[in-house]
Amino acid sequence: MHTSLLAWRNFRYGKWALLLGVIGIGLYLSQGGNAAQPPNGGTWQGYVLGTVGALLIVWLSVLGVRKRRYSSAAGTVQGWTSAHVYLGAVLLLIGTLHSAAQVGWNVHTLAYALMCLVIFSGFYGLYVYIHLPGHLATNNAGKDRDAWLEELADLDSNIRDTVESCDAELQAMALSALDLTQLGGSTWQQLTARDGSRIVLPGQSKAVSNAEQGIIVNALSERIPDARKQSQAEVLNELLALFGRRRVILHLLRQDVRLKGLLKVWLFVHIPLTIALLVALSIHIFSVFIYW
Amino acid sequence: MSKRYHIAIVGAGPAGLSAAGRAAHYDAESGAAEPTYILLEGFNTFAKTIQKYQKGKHVMDEPGFLNLRSEVGFTAGKREEILGVWDEALAAGINIRYDSEVVAIDGEKGGFNLKLGSGDAVEAEHIVFSIGTQGNPRTLGVPGDAESDFVRYTLDDPEDFKEETIVVVGAGDAAIENAIALSDYNKVFIINRRNEFSRAKDGNLNAVLAAINDKNRPFYCVYEANVAGLELPSAPGAKGAIVLSTPSGEERIECHRIIARLGTIPPRKFVESCGIVITSDNPEAVPDVDRHYQSNVPGLYIIGALGGYPLIKQAMNQGYDVVEFINGKDTKPADYPLLQDQFSGLPYVMDAEDVLDLYQQRVPMFRHMNPLAFRELIIESRIIVSLPPAELARAPQGGERSTAFVAAGEPLYRNGEFSTTFYTLVEGEVQLQLEKDGPWHTIKPGQFFGEMSLISGRPRQGDAVVSEDAILIETPRRIMVKLMNSNKEVSSGIDRIFVMRALQAAFRPQLTLEELGNIAGQVETRQYKAGEVLFTEGEEGDCLHLIRSGTVMLTRGGANLVVNQNHSGELAGQMALMGAPRRRDTATAAVRTETIVIRQAEFLALVGSQPEHVATLQGRLSEVLRKSNSMASQPQAAGAIGFLMGQGLGEATNALVIDETLCVGCDNCERACAETHNGISRLDRESGASLAGLHVPISCRHCELPHCMKDCPPDAIRRSANGEVFISDSCIGCGNCETNCPYDAIKLSYAAPKKPGLLSWLLLGRGPGPGEPESFTPSAAAKDAGKKAVKCDACMGRPGGPACVRACPTGAAVRVSPEQFSELVEGH
Ligand SMILES: Cc1cc2nc3c(=O)[nH]c(=O)nc-3n(C[C@H](O)[C@H](O)[C@H](O)COP(=O)(O)OP(=O)(O)OC[C@H]3O[C@@H](n4cnc5c(N)ncnc54)[C@H](O)[C@@H]3O)c2cc1C
Ligand code: SF4
Ligand code: SF4
Repeated sequence: MHTSLLAWRNFRYGKWALLLGVIGIGLYLSQGGNAAQPPNGGTWQGYVLGTVGALLIVWLSVLGVRKRRYSSAAGTVQGWTSAHVYLGAVLLLIGTLHSAAQVGWNVHTLAYALMCLVIFSGFYGLYVYIHLPGHLATNNAGKDRDAWLEELADLDSNIRDTVESCDAELQAMALSALDLTQLGGSTWQQLTARDGSRIVLPGQSKAVSNAEQGIIVNALSERIPDARKQSQAEVLNELLALFGRRRVILHLLRQDVRLKGLLKVWLFVHIPLTIALLVALSIHIFSVFIYW
Repeated sequence: MSKRYHIAIVGAGPAGLSAAGRAAHYDAESGAAEPTYILLEGFNTFAKTIQKYQKGKHVMDEPGFLNLRSEVGFTAGKREEILGVWDEALAAGINIRYDSEVVAIDGEKGGFNLKLGSGDAVEAEHIVFSIGTQGNPRTLGVPGDAESDFVRYTLDDPEDFKEETIVVVGAGDAAIENAIALSDYNKVFIINRRNEFSRAKDGNLNAVLAAINDKNRPFYCVYEANVAGLELPSAPGAKGAIVLSTPSGEERIECHRIIARLGTIPPRKFVESCGIVITSDNPEAVPDVDRHYQSNVPGLYIIGALGGYPLIKQAMNQGYDVVEFINGKDTKPADYPLLQDQFSGLPYVMDAEDVLDLYQQRVPMFRHMNPLAFRELIIESRIIVSLPPAELARAPQGGERSTAFVAAGEPLYRNGEFSTTFYTLVEGEVQLQLEKDGPWHTIKPGQFFGEMSLISGRPRQGDAVVSEDAILIETPRRIMVKLMNSNKEVSSGIDRIFVMRALQAAFRPQLTLEELGNIAGQVETRQYKAGEVLFTEGEEGDCLHLIRSGTVMLTRGGANLVVNQNHSGELAGQMALMGAPRRRDTATAAVRTETIVIRQAEFLALVGSQPEHVATLQGRLSEVLRKSNSMASQPQAAGAIGFLMGQGLGEATNALVIDETLCVGCDNCERACAETHNGISRLDRESGASLAGLHVPISCRHCELPHCMKDCPPDAIRRSANGEVFISDSCIGCGNCETNCPYDAIKLSYAAPKKPGLLSWLLLGRGPGPGEPESFTPSAAAKDAGKKAVKCDACMGRPGGPACVRACPTGAAVRVSPEQFSELVEGH
């Protein structure tokens, strides 16, 4: 019932792309090729390949429009995306055949390079689209981000209550661990799930890293054997459990941020490059006609 | 010798006041020197019932489609204002006598003798009884229920009590109004025998649901609870307790006071002592009257609540009309034009009143209904006339309340169509199937159909085709439910036919109707709440269940491994009667469910009469077994179905389920929803539960029997023939549906501002772009119009189907019905 975008309609566009690829290769080979006229973009076959490539590029970028035509009845977005993936992949072949490996420092090669970048960023996007959702689902274990944040907030207020009965030193340390917890941060931190949380240790004024709640968890577990009274040990044990859970949830949330970020961030490359490609492509075509 | 009046009106409630007003008008017209009528009131002031309403109560003037016809004014407003208007009318010259309770009547038309409590007597030619039904309140019916400081049956002023715990028993208007007013200063529990407030008027319904939801109000409701006992306080001022029996066992609530508002029993004894016959033993039964409101005693008329019309406007209209009738005027009742419009397309020229009488006589089940109640049913229904297709084109197009025309020979509804109305055939014939492509049954005048969907909420099974010149009454589910709740005869009549037809559809027995009726009389109907077990794996079974409504899931081995699910019209546990008594599965109701229990004897009688059908049954059973077996061997998939059932999808007809392993979280589905639905998304993708890669986002699942539809005052929530449950423009934003939907699928929202076109967004940067967040500030106009309920309409009528599914780039979002669950979970 649920079909992935690759398998859509029994790989319909995969088959189309394959066919297109074979035809493209056939065309390329039919150029024969002698020393005087090696295969290139200027033969009639080269023109055909170039035209097909250009049309493909334009059509591929129309996905962005179709996606926003929410009431459009022109196929489903999944179908479009499936076609986008396969036809985008075969474009790499078509474009390369059209260029016939003639490169130089010119706008033509720029267009080709941009096309490759767009396609490779697309491949990366496809990779994350296929692999990350499953990880994300496993990571979030059936709850959404808000639910986890809520549990985190509950934990924190629980910690605040519990720590009240502890000595001032521990109290200050635990509270600093709460206050200096970092979620999110810079794009880089988000995408790498780097934990910039810190803590102020007793007798120090500068905060140190408390990544994965490591320092506070260690500090608590070291104190438990030293506890003088049973009641004190109980409180410490409870705090340890709370911070332990906190560590898990924070980790999970960071992974959530990271995975969701990765699912989006490639588009910030793919789309601007596409626009650049469209510009370069227009110049490429225009200049070919001018200098014919 | 005392003066003989032309009319004596007994009881000065709205009905009596209005009658007196009209009689006074006649006197004024004829220039009578002395009043020819007298209004006798037992209490020391007029309109005792209304006087006893709570202070400041907002009195409603329903039904809205009816006009007031009375010399005495009445519009919706505060109790005090209304009483003020009536006071003025009285002062303007109405011959009323207070403290004059009528205790006995003798004599006959032209010479009645009314004895008063004081010992006086009044003579009159005609009597109008408008004594209402407030006679004696219904009691709790358990030891210790006599009226006392602890147990009360009236509430004069809610502010008499403060800082107490008070239990209010009842679910009618009075109970609701008392309970809400008391909860301003007290902790209040309201005890409802049913699981919804179906008896209450719209405004009160809204108020009680709002109070239950209001977290700042100490107001709690116990549903499906009956009073089992009382513990009287040991000393004045101390707490006593009330013991309730609820589906989850006994519950005891300590309280300072119990206020029981269980309605009233008509002052039946007194009425009967006057020679008036009440045919039914049912305590709710009212005396029968003809359409001039005359009872079986000539010259004695009954109007208002006593006649079964429990609303003020109706009572007042009748007061006016009855005086007209007594004066020999054949005035048409105020709702007459409504009826006339409804009957306007009938193929014969007949007075609407006569048509009404005729139709009631035609339908045995309705024959014993109070004619006035039948009148109400007709006014709420649609009259359908079938015409040959050629004539249909020429048929006049009336308004919404006039006769509807349909093409003869064409289906009235088709198999699979979602509609829950109830049809009564008055003339002509209807060919009816009880299952898809099943045999045809002929429905004759006086019979009814459509009860299957009425009761189960499932789509129609089989077609119903009207013959030429058929006349039908199509009654909305809401009205039928109300009628079935209050009229035992109707509810058991419908039930009986339901069971017979269900048996017919399931077993196709070759039995006479009588034999079938006998079997239907023997089988037992059982109700199960969600989670209740019908039978358990391993036990010896001696019956099978034919599901009437709801969904039964079969689990094997573990609690949540669902190997099969059965819906209404299907059988569960039939193996027990087909050779293998040991139950292979545990059957649990996935949602509220009703089943018909069939034991060996009935089963043999049913299948014995039609041996050919046994093969079909066996074939179906093998199919079921094959399916269960395949599920049982895939615990993962069975667990996933268990999860879906746990999310309430057992009662869904069309639910959005997202495959988490495909969903990239782009929210294009939500955006598509908003963009195609006036800027407000009706689904919340991220929230909602997930398990094993399946995610059930918060969005409407178009329930079989939509909970949201239950208490919508303007009846704005409808179901299309294709099954989409949608909210029409008539929503008044009361929020009942939001409260009633167990799945949070409805929200109240202001209208969103219009979005700029794609170009002006792109080029001029105007407003939010396509699919941008829906957080918006409503315009002043939108705020003025108020919030309205919004929910998913499954993109009804949109080419290509639901926008959410069509907009999903990865194929993660699909919409499914329970039949498709096994297909859905394979591979998860
Ligand atoms: C709490 C509550 C809220 C309601 N809210 C609304 C509302 O908002 N809108 C609406 O339309 N309806 C409402 N109703 C219903 C409405 O009050 C009744 O339908 C209406 O009062 C019926 O009018 P009636 O004249 O038939 O009888 P009543 O109003 O009951 O009047 C009967 C009168 O007869 C007198 N009487 C009784 N027996 C005798 C006797 N033997 N001799 C002489 N006099 C006698 C009584 O003292 C009384 O004054 C409500 C009812 C209740 C209980
Ligand atoms: S709004 Fe709620 S109750 Fe109504 S059909 Fe949808 S899910 Fe069911
Ligand atoms: S649809 Fe509107 S009027 Fe009907 S119950 Fe919901 S909010 Fe109230």
